[in-house]
Amino acid sequence: MIDSVVVIVVHLVFALAITPVLIGVMRTVRARLEGRVGGGIVQPWRDVLKLFAKEPLRAPGSSPVLTWAPLLLMASSLVLCALIPLVSTLPLAGVPGELFVVVSVLLLGTVALAMLGLEAGTAFGGMGSSRHMVFTALVEPTVLLSIYALSVPAGTSALAAIVRSRRDDLSTLLNPVSILAIAALIVVVIAETGRLPVDNPATHLELTMVHEAMILESGGRDLGWLEFGSWLRLTALLGLTVNLAVPWAVAGDASWTALLVGVAATTVKLVAAAALLAAVEVFLAKLRLFRVPELLAGSFVLAFLSVSASYLVF
Amino acid sequence: MSLTRLLSMITRTGTMTEPVADAPIEIREGFVPPACLRGSAQVRHVDAGSCNGCEIELGAAFGPVYDAERFGARLVASPRHADVVTVAGVVTQNMVEPLLNTIDATPNPRVIISIGDCTRGCGVFAGSYAVAGSVDDFAEVDVHVTGCPPAPEAIIAALRAVTRR
Repeated sequence: MIDSVVVIVVHLVFALAITPVLIGVMRTVRARLEGRVGGGIVQPWRDVLKLFAKEPLRAPGSSPVLTWAPLLLMASSLVLCALIPLVSTLPLAGVPGELFVVVSVLLLGTVALAMLGLEAGTAFGGMGSSRHMVFTALVEPTVLLSIYALSVPAGTSALAAIVRSRRDDLSTLLNPVSILAIAALIVVVIAETGRLPVDNPATHLELTMVHEAMILESGGRDLGWLEFGSWLRLTALLGLTVNLAVPWAVAGDASWTALLVGVAATTVKLVAAAALLAAVEVFLAKLRLFRVPELLAGSFVLAFLSVSASYLVF
Repeated sequence: MSLTRLLSMITRTGTMTEPVADAPIEIREGFVPPACLRGSAQVRHVDAGSCNGCEIELGAAFGPVYDAERFGARLVASPRHADVVTVAGVVTQNMVEPLLNTIDATPNPRVIISIGDCTRGCGVFAGSYAVAGSVDDFAEVDVHVTGCPPAPEAIIAALRAVTRR
C-alpha cells in the first residue's frame, strides 16, 4: 500500500516537473532547426506560471462548462500520469491500471475539451470540437487494439504488467507484433496530442486549427489548466510509448535506487523522443483534413495486423 | 524540396538570429510592467487601419533574424490568450468597436503597445473622413513605438520593456 502511494507520488511529481521542460525542448529544437534561438527550455514554465497569475476572463452568459472543463482536463491528465507506468511498473494496490481504465480516463479529458469548444457557441469552437471527436473516434480503437496486441504475450491487460513483462523478456521486443503495434501507437499518440501532421500546435490559421480552435475562448487561469493538461497528456502518452518500445531501466518496485534509476532513464527516453518528434515535425506539412482519417485508418490496420499476428507468433 | 537538400540547407544556415540593438521607445509616465508578465508575454496584434508597413516590421520582429521569442514574447490567435495588445495604424470608423472589444477581451493585467507614428496624430491619414481618431483617443497606451514604419529593433525594445528579459 505504502509502495503504491510512493509510486503514484513519484509519477505525479515527475510528470509535473518534466512536462513543461519537455515542451520547451520540443520548441527549442524546432526553433534551432528554423534558424532561431527560441525562448529556451524553461519558457513553458514561465508561460504557465504567468497564466496561473492572471484573472480568467469569461464571457457574460457563459455556462459553468467554461470553468470546470479545464479542471476536468487537468484532473484526468493527472490520473493518467499516475496510472501509466512512467517510472515504475509496480502494480498499484487498489487502483485499476487496466488498459480500458486508462483509455476511458483519456477519453474523459477529450470530452471535456470538446464540450469546452462547443460552450462558446462560436463557429471555430464547434469546428474544432467536431474534428477532435472525429479523430478520437478513430484513435481510441487503435490505442486499445495496439496495446491489446502487446498484452497477449504478457497475459494481462494491466499496463504496468505489460511493460514489466516486456522489460524482463526482451525477446518480445523485436518481433512483427511488437513493431506493428508500436508503429500504430506512435501514429495515434501524434494524433491524440495534436502534433504535425494531424494538427499544427503553432498555427493561428482559423481553418487549420483543431486544438487551438477549442481553447480560443479561455484565458488566464483557465487557459493555464488547459495548456498544462494537454501537455501532461503528451507526457503520459509519449512516456507509455517509449516505455513499451524500450522498457529498459524502468523500476520494478518502489525502492529508492530503482525509482531514481527509473526517473533518470525515463527522463532521457522522453527528452530523446520529444526532440526526435520535434525534429521530424520540421520536415512535415500538415495533412489535409480529409486525409487524416486515412492516416488513422492506416494505423488501425497496423494495430489489427498486429493482433492477428500475435496469435501466430505466440 | 528533397529531404537531403532541406537538411543541408538547415546545417548551412545555422542560427540567423542577431544580437539585439538598442532602439528608442516612449513609455507612459508611471507605467510599471505587471509583475506576472516578467519573462513571458503573449501578443495579440490589431490592425486598426494601418498601411501594413508596421505589420511587415512586426512579422520581421518574430522572424529568425530578430526572434522576439527569445525574450519571451509570442504571437497568439486570441485576445483571451494575450497579455499584450499591439495596435498599428490610425483607428478607422469601422475598427473602433473591434479594437475596443479586443482590448476588453484581454484578461488583466494587460499592456497596450502602439506601433508606428500613425497611432499618434494619425500621420498622413489625419483629417480623412474614414478616420475616427488615433489610438490614444480610445485607449490608454502604455508603450509607444515611434517610426514610420518602426524598425523591428524598436518593436523588440517595446516588448522587452514588458518582459524585462
